[in-house]
Amino acid sequence: MTLTGARILWESLVREGVTEVFGYPGGAILPAYDAMLEYPIRHTLVRHEQGATHMADGYARASGRVGVAIATSGPGATNMVTGIATAMLDSSPIVCITGQVGSRLIGTDAFQEIDITGITLPVTKHNYLVTRPDDVAAAVREAFLIATSGRPGPVLIDITKDAQQGSCEFSWEAASPDPRHRRDVPVPPESDISKAAALIATARRPVILAGHGVLVSGAETELRALAERTGTPVAATLLGIGGFPASHPLNLGMMGMHGEAWVNLAIQQADLLIACGMRFDDRVTGNLKTYAPHARKIHIEIDPSEINKNVTVDVALVGDLRAVLERLLPLVPSGTRADWLREIATARGDSAVRDIQSLPDDGHLYAAHVINDLWRATRDDDCIVVTDVGQHQMWEAQYYHHDRPRSLITSGGLGTMGFAVPAAIGAKRARPEAEVWAVVGDGGFQMTMCELATAVQEGIAIKVAVINNGFLGMVRQWQQFFYERRYAATPLSGPDFVKLAEAFGIHAQAVCARADVDEAIGAARRHDGPALIDFRVEQEDTVYPMVPAGADLHAMIRRPNPIVETASD
Amino acid sequence: MKHHTFAVYVEDQPGVLNRVSSLFRRRGFNIHSLSVGNSESAGISRMTIVVPTDPTGAARIRALLEKLIPVVRVEDLSERPAVVRDLALIRVAASHESRAAVMQLVQVFDGRIVDVAPASLVVEICASEAKVDGLVEVLRPYGVLEMVRTGRVAMDRGSAAETWQVAPGPSTSLGAGAAGAADGLSCSV
Repeated sequence: MTLTGARILWESLVREGVTEVFGYPGGAILPAYDAMLEYPIRHTLVRHEQGATHMADGYARASGRVGVAIATSGPGATNMVTGIATAMLDSSPIVCITGQVGSRLIGTDAFQEIDITGITLPVTKHNYLVTRPDDVAAAVREAFLIATSGRPGPVLIDITKDAQQGSCEFSWEAASPDPRHRRDVPVPPESDISKAAALIATARRPVILAGHGVLVSGAETELRALAERTGTPVAATLLGIGGFPASHPLNLGMMGMHGEAWVNLAIQQADLLIACGMRFDDRVTGNLKTYAPHARKIHIEIDPSEINKNVTVDVALVGDLRAVLERLLPLVPSGTRADWLREIATARGDSAVRDIQSLPDDGHLYAAHVINDLWRATRDDDCIVVTDVGQHQMWEAQYYHHDRPRSLITSGGLGTMGFAVPAAIGAKRARPEAEVWAVVGDGGFQMTMCELATAVQEGIAIKVAVINNGFLGMVRQWQQFFYERRYAATPLSGPDFVKLAEAFGIHAQAVCARADVDEAIGAARRHDGPALIDFRVEQEDTVYPMVPAGADLHAMIRRPNPIVETASD
Repeated sequence: MKHHTFAVYVEDQPGVLNRVSSLFRRRGFNIHSLSVGNSESAGISRMTIVVPTDPTGAARIRALLEKLIPVVRVEDLSERPAVVRDLALIRVAASHESRAAVMQLVQVFDGRIVDVAPASLVVEICASEAKVDGLVEVLRPYGVLEMVRTGRVAMDRGSAAETWQVAPGPSTSLGAGAAGAADGLSCSV
């Protein structure tokens, strides 16, 4: 059948299973928007194209399906770059469609022309410039294959206006991906699996490092089996949270810069690290020279270019985590590590007395309390928390105890402020039955708060918890520790967020005391629509523990003991 | 750091060179030389990329290259015996008095004079990079006016290359292709 390129685009997207797209129209993508009306696609009109990419990302992370964002050429396309880079750094499968000026105008600096395939080259797994309708279907099919295969990531398809307008014969079968563009998932040799099993069998102080790969691969059951069979405690990266139940006795919690002391100390004292779908990022290792000095390392990872990148490992098992664990499990002898676990429990007890949750209500509202109360209110329900970036993000990771995979969505690798609200909208689109909370600082919120209008217009009932401390808190904390409290450009004012939300037509209230937290959360949950709570928390609060950037992982700044945190800190 | 020589087969498409070179730039590797031209298969180009790096870096480069979608195949030729050549065209000042001496040196290095002008010669040499460097060194005192070099091109020795197919599609006799290429280089072996 003969179709326009624009119709072929939607024919192909629908055949790939797409029902939701997030986007913003404009001149060069108009033919595609016009054709969209003929297809069973729900379009969410964003307020800024960055929001569209974060929504597609949130959609992908909540569901495991590909998220799709669409924008016009030029500024529409460049506005997407931050969201694409966010998806790249966190291995999130999104496909971005951009319009491009007519093919005869390319290279002439035509109105709203920009070389978006050139600009996004380093932040996509692959991208396409499509100049003929004949190439649209193949580009879409390949884009979905590439976005989802191996280590997932973003793919961009830039389609010229004439390629959308022109017609050609459409054949789905003929547009199947080029076999050369397939990348088979590597399968590690049996000898390496045996080597890994032997290391595990003889280890006395092993630790499993669970990363984002646990969720991407769907290896939660196998990971748990490995931990339980071998009595090995599990530490999570920020993006690995939820891959192993927080309530499990073998769960240690988050590792790294803001990991609890017992977690990082366990890693430093371990004699074996079993790294599962993680990449030894500098935020989890600290100083590489002193990182886990006594430990042999097994690295199970799908991306061969991650092997020996930061940490030299003893056994590298390059492959799909779940498939590798399935092969490894029968070779691993069952056992317990009671002495090792007792040692960790002792360190854990020492931290517990410093925990801010042990502090009686002193009239101050601490973010950690808000997060913990949110967790207690929603723990038994299907709840997804989407965070922004900064102090509140780390408190979320510490005090919201995630038992389920894909229940925390956060920008880890790129650390993109402004991520939370749009990503929460995308997550809610993907999982409408779930309760979705955006936990966001007053800084990041002000970057993308325009998307509240999107939530209202589209009737997307996200709940927003603004952790409002009047500072760019994490940067202020670095200034406090490392720049002699010279608060350059970190004090931050904002509008009255309650009035702002009400102006958008969103249910809102402010909370200044701990005693009021539960009721406000309850009211927001009961409200049938988007809701916002402005938590006016302690202004100069600090995320503890903290391993200064580049310092040894065991050299963390601990919480004061007993906790005495006041407004002057 | 040792120079690693990669043979990279890529699809012959616009922008592929940019994808490959951008990878080295953003991952912090410095390209010593890069040459690209047709391979034995239609639609597939072959790049020879020389990068100073350690074995870990070389393994990463290979893995990173293989992630690029238009990259069909990557070989690290430093891992095994290979024929490595560099082609140079050198314009040397050659006065009436010095001309004979220059020509003699070129002969010693198995080079050829490919153009003669009243005050200069153009020398062609196809040899190992070190040998080309050597010729350039001895010609310098006479005045090297202009020089262009291809950078290394390389192919492994023996029949290793016959055991694989670049791509499905029009079959090319890889054996004949390899032999032909060897003949082409035999002038300077």
